[in-house]
Amino acid sequence: MAKSKIKYLAIEGLPKGYLIILGVLGLLALVGVLSAHHMETEGHIVTGMNNQIVWGLPHVFAVFLIVAASGALNIASISSVFKRSLYKPMARLSGIVAIALLVGGLMVLVLDLGRPDRLLVTITHVNPKSIFTWNILLYSGFIGIVAVYLWTMMERKMNAYSRPVGIAAFIWRLVLTTGTGSIFGFLVARQGYDAAILAPMFIALSFAYGLAIFLLVLFAAYSFTGRELGDKVVTRLTNLMGVFISAALFFVVVYHLTNLYATEHHAWEAFILLGKNGGGPYATAFWLVQILIGSLIPLAMIFSGYALKSRKLVGLMAALVIIGGFGQMYATIIGGQAFPLVLFPGAEITSSFYDGVAGTYSPSIWEFLLGLGGVSLSLAVIAFAVKILPFLPESLADTIVDPHHSD
Amino acid sequence: MSSNNDSNGSRRTFLKGTAALAAGLAIAPGVRLLGVAKAKPDNEAVTSIVRWGMLIDTTKCSECEVCVEACHAENGIKDQGDPATTPQWIRKLMARDSLTGHVVTLPMMCQHCENPPCADVCPTGASFRRADGIVLVDRHICIGCRYCMMACPYKARSFEHINVTDQAPHAPRGKGTVEACTMCVHRVDKDQQPACVDACNERGHGAMVFGDLKDPESEISQELVRYGGTQIRADLGLNTGIRYRGI
Repeated sequence: MAKSKIKYLAIEGLPKGYLIILGVLGLLALVGVLSAHHMETEGHIVTGMNNQIVWGLPHVFAVFLIVAASGALNIASISSVFKRSLYKPMARLSGIVAIALLVGGLMVLVLDLGRPDRLLVTITHVNPKSIFTWNILLYSGFIGIVAVYLWTMMERKMNAYSRPVGIAAFIWRLVLTTGTGSIFGFLVARQGYDAAILAPMFIALSFAYGLAIFLLVLFAAYSFTGRELGDKVVTRLTNLMGVFISAALFFVVVYHLTNLYATEHHAWEAFILLGKNGGGPYATAFWLVQILIGSLIPLAMIFSGYALKSRKLVGLMAALVIIGGFGQMYATIIGGQAFPLVLFPGAEITSSFYDGVAGTYSPSIWEFLLGLGGVSLSLAVIAFAVKILPFLPESLADTIVDPHHSD
Repeated sequence: MSSNNDSNGSRRTFLKGTAALAAGLAIAPGVRLLGVAKAKPDNEAVTSIVRWGMLIDTTKCSECEVCVEACHAENGIKDQGDPATTPQWIRKLMARDSLTGHVVTLPMMCQHCENPPCADVCPTGASFRRADGIVLVDRHICIGCRYCMMACPYKARSFEHINVTDQAPHAPRGKGTVEACTMCVHRVDKDQQPACVDACNERGHGAMVFGDLKDPESEISQELVRYGGTQIRADLGLNTGIRYRGI
């Protein structure tokens, strides 16, 4: 029923400002590539990274984008797998946003390698036990499977296959985020990691981050094209965001409670929660950015109904979730490394190699520009895709979308 | 008859002696091979018949840095100005017990684990463990992802942040790749000891014993049997090739 009403249209002609937006995004992506080139030519000495903090701001950007990519596919999954028809018109956009975010994240990840020129070595020399190897397969497979998923949605003859492919993509994305969380979860020697709960926590976080970006893309696309976006869609997505943030918070709370119970993790918790022994920046990133700005304020905005008073407030709420996401990645990735390794429990350790003290890290402009380049590439891919192919419904007005469940 | 018997007896004795001498001559080089010369010839692959390891007696280790200096001189590692980014293949670490105040000082480097987490996480297999227990980085296929540095419990690895010039030919290193203690594999393969061990001995400390952990007759095995040895982070079950006493 609803299917027949939905018309998808690419952006027609060249609306005013389109080329400027695409140009600026393309330029920023290029600047990101040039920054990476500088980092590669001069060496990582020009970054803030060192032998204590080996993964810096580029990883914060890359992991955020990759996690958000899997989450952005949720809208399509809810439509195909759980048959919620309201989400169906947005499924195509969900798919392309997912691919675009992953491409941007991978760009940052790959260009931050010490030897990005050796990327092909990952194909010629494979260690099947490495979680990175699994992730290389998961990331490239994700792009492939979501591309096929989009094809089944956009090609009428393939529509019949859209559900099974959608289910496969849904399972794939869950495994992918499990793999991303496990990059950290499997690191046995670090107090902040080494926890199986990081995998489901990353999945819950991906729901929130992906939806937040999807909301902003949706708003931008509909406001830019002047197409109608009804309250029903916005209300539903906003409420869904409340559920996702709550789920993510649940995992964050359980993670810390588990650590707080175990004496061996008390020093880590004092570091990340109280900012003890050099953990100040990370405790701030955790409490102020991840919890307050990224979780509690958005939750209050949603459940008080305040956010739904205007589109701008919904947009603000989504932006806060994204800011919180960067705070979370910063606290998790940088904070987890900054906490010193425990070589001799119960002893104070000193050395010429910063043993026993928190690692320090000041990101350089090159790292930031590389990260920004990845974000820009993602947005440029979306902007380009919706221009040339019919990803966006002509209208998402309340009368067009079907608010009823199909079951 | 009796003379016959005598001559028979002396002949028997002579034959016995000759046989023993022949057997001795035949076996002796083999004994030497097995007992002393453990390094493989260059044209043979490394085997797991040996497992190289080190025993570090912290009670003999003073606050000197001779092992660090020897290592870095041997492997061409120079101070790059910033200690946060300068590679450190080996470092002196001081651990002070928070309750008793007891201080231990020891050299810390790659622990050459039997189950190295660095090799587990390496996507290309650049981090690997040789059959004889030495953990290395193949600098030709390292992509510089630094995941091994995240995984190493001992912070034993360094990333090369700058262009490296004037390298030691036996220890090739390169910007954008990860490096760590090689247990002076180039020396070990020539029947020599790691530079740090030699330096410690030359200084008269004798705090470091290098040898084959699989040979019950080796000095390191004898010492370990007699006095025992501790692994750092033994809880991780990595079965390290570096053992410590006095910690």
